[in-house]
Amino acid sequence: MPREGIIIKRPIERLTGEQVQQIHDSSLGILQDPGLLCFNRRAAEVFQNHGAEVSAVSGSDASSWTIKIPEKLVTDALTSAPSTITLGSRNPDNALVMKGNEARVYYITGSETNTWLDVDFPTYVSKTDSSKEIQVPEFKPRRGTVADLCASAHVCEHLDTVDGYIRTVNIQDREINETNKDVNKFFACLNNTTKHVQSGLTNLAQLGNVVKMAEIIAGGKDKLRENPLISFITCLVKSPLQFVDDTTETFIEVCQRGLPVVVSSSPQAGTSAPMKEGGIMAQINAEVLAGITLGQLVNPGTPVLYGSVPVRARMDTLGDSYGSIETTQYNIDCVQMARFYNIPNYSTSGVCDTKIPGQQSTVERLFSDILVTLSGPQFLHCAFGLLDCNSVFCLLQAVLDDAHFKMIRSFLREPRIDEAELSVIRKQITEVAATPQKMFINYIRPVMRSGEISPPYAFEGDGEDDRVFALANERMQELLAKPVEHIDKATTERVFNEIPGLLPGLNVYIGGNKS
Amino acid sequence: MSATKLLETLKENVIQGRKTSEDIGIDESLTGTPGVVEIVEEALEADIPAEDLINHSLTAGMAVVGEKFSSKEYFIPDMLASADAVGAAMEILKPLLEEANVATKGKIVVATVKGDIHDIGKNIVSILLKGAGYEVVDLGIDVPKEKIVEVVREEKPDYLGLSALLTTTMTEMPVVISALEESGLRDSVKILIGGAAVSEDYAQEIGADAFCTDGFQAIKVLEAFEAA
Repeated sequence: MPREGIIIKRPIERLTGEQVQQIHDSSLGILQDPGLLCFNRRAAEVFQNHGAEVSAVSGSDASSWTIKIPEKLVTDALTSAPSTITLGSRNPDNALVMKGNEARVYYITGSETNTWLDVDFPTYVSKTDSSKEIQVPEFKPRRGTVADLCASAHVCEHLDTVDGYIRTVNIQDREINETNKDVNKFFACLNNTTKHVQSGLTNLAQLGNVVKMAEIIAGGKDKLRENPLISFITCLVKSPLQFVDDTTETFIEVCQRGLPVVVSSSPQAGTSAPMKEGGIMAQINAEVLAGITLGQLVNPGTPVLYGSVPVRARMDTLGDSYGSIETTQYNIDCVQMARFYNIPNYSTSGVCDTKIPGQQSTVERLFSDILVTLSGPQFLHCAFGLLDCNSVFCLLQAVLDDAHFKMIRSFLREPRIDEAELSVIRKQITEVAATPQKMFINYIRPVMRSGEISPPYAFEGDGEDDRVFALANERMQELLAKPVEHIDKATTERVFNEIPGLLPGLNVYIGGNKS
Repeated sequence: MSATKLLETLKENVIQGRKTSEDIGIDESLTGTPGVVEIVEEALEADIPAEDLINHSLTAGMAVVGEKFSSKEYFIPDMLASADAVGAAMEILKPLLEEANVATKGKIVVATVKGDIHDIGKNIVSILLKGAGYEVVDLGIDVPKEKIVEVVREEKPDYLGLSALLTTTMTEMPVVISALEESGLRDSVKILIGGAAVSEDYAQEIGADAFCTDGFQAIKVLEAFEAA
């Protein structure tokens, strides 16, 4: 049985049906004029071979092309793109089944950050009263490592609300280089979580080794097709409207292998996309449709997710403002567009502008997490533990995020109201009304033990002290101490024998990193 | 059923918070079997002394409930269910205790003051105090000072608990205290106040004897008065 996720029975929508159609029409118009600038030869050839208008850009020594995509290619691609996508996992109970027309939300971690944020709780003594001591959380940034990635996957394996795992930290150990980063990245994730693993690829030359590793772990090539325990994210279109050479090449190769892949576009309203909502929506939709069309031309039926990471520019720096209200609005709009196409949506929430866990981080992430969840994306890349606009990962924040996702999940339980229940309740009301104290306490207990009542906030302290961070840290340590199901010894040996470049420290059977 | 078995079953039903046979308790399979009220009646018919029931079953059961509450296995509804069951048992045992001249832990009159109709907190306090072995006379809500004075005069309680939720009604508390002083009854009773609007400072300001944040603290305050 796959993971349940959360079903949103009545998703919130911002766009009217007419506005959805207008955005769709504008996107089709953009794909034909001005079209896309393409820096990848194979993509240009694929489009040309299928009737798109492709012309070399003058003065570009034939390394860039303008591609104008006719409407029919897009509509055919939308027909051949699967509306149901399964993302597999080492533990079959952790598989994700996403249907384009079903608002079943899965929460996934990610994206990749360069910086890992440690937390410590030093004690400070009052200058005026040495008997007064307080513990204050201090956050210390450093470069991410393989061990950090293992620890992150390990903890996320145990966080109930995490449905799938996108690598959270860029591994920057001295032993890691361009040729071994991908295999180590994927193995560190796969070995520490039994949930689905998704990542981008650093070096296309490593795709074969990564897929081979996944095949060994899945039990063979066919088993991997049946149970794709890895998938890929590719940002093949750089905004505005440019097919990038290397990521497009990666995308084509992944499509040829038939593995699930996210067509991700991340325009910034104000700089790489129009400032106005209609403008960025028409453009991001065109960019994603261009990617989906290329994928279906390369390999019809390739499972592609409609990936949307739109963001608004900050007015003070022109950097990303993931915490802005508009960013949440764009994401909700994208969910609606993907549903219009009946293609599962990879959406974004929870990315905040603030640099450390705290009140701003809580407000920003909770605001978008609630609203984007309610819009019903299938694959919500919800920034577990991420801070500072996707550039910092803090495991403590991920544990805090799990608590608020539990609250959202609890809120979204379906109401249990029917004639039979109301009949029982009316009897209770009559009985209680006849008592002197008129309290329903005796009826609380069965409901309380049935799990119907939401629990208090997970990190609520006793008394007036705010101990949220300290309690979340205790929880984090508990989860790190809890074992995870690693890949078995024989399979691990085979992976290490057949896949070059793996760090010996990752082999838990020879005393390696057990996170 | 033997006396020992009856005492054990009574204690277990206190822990389960089952006042009567209809109550579900924690273990749903007990539904339909005798609860605290029925077991106490059966025990009295079997001539088991009331003091044994109190010491070996009711008090011992509540001690276990208290431990479970402290360890967060039980929540307030569980504690209240057990206290309510013990309170019902004490009502049955009261005439026997009086007959045998066994002293109770004390009598308390509780009331939500005039103008205020909020009573959830006051009711919880009443249940917990009954469960702790106190005799509770609950006057209800919106109680005028005249009524309180009258009941204090007639019932001669050891304690008076006044409750108010609102800043607009807490001012009735000193009015009640003044009325008791004018009637010459103030020194006969310890006055406790509680409710969202009031505080320790307010208790001192109006001349009350104690402020209680909740029912658990009320029990501690009364025990401290007893010990003094």
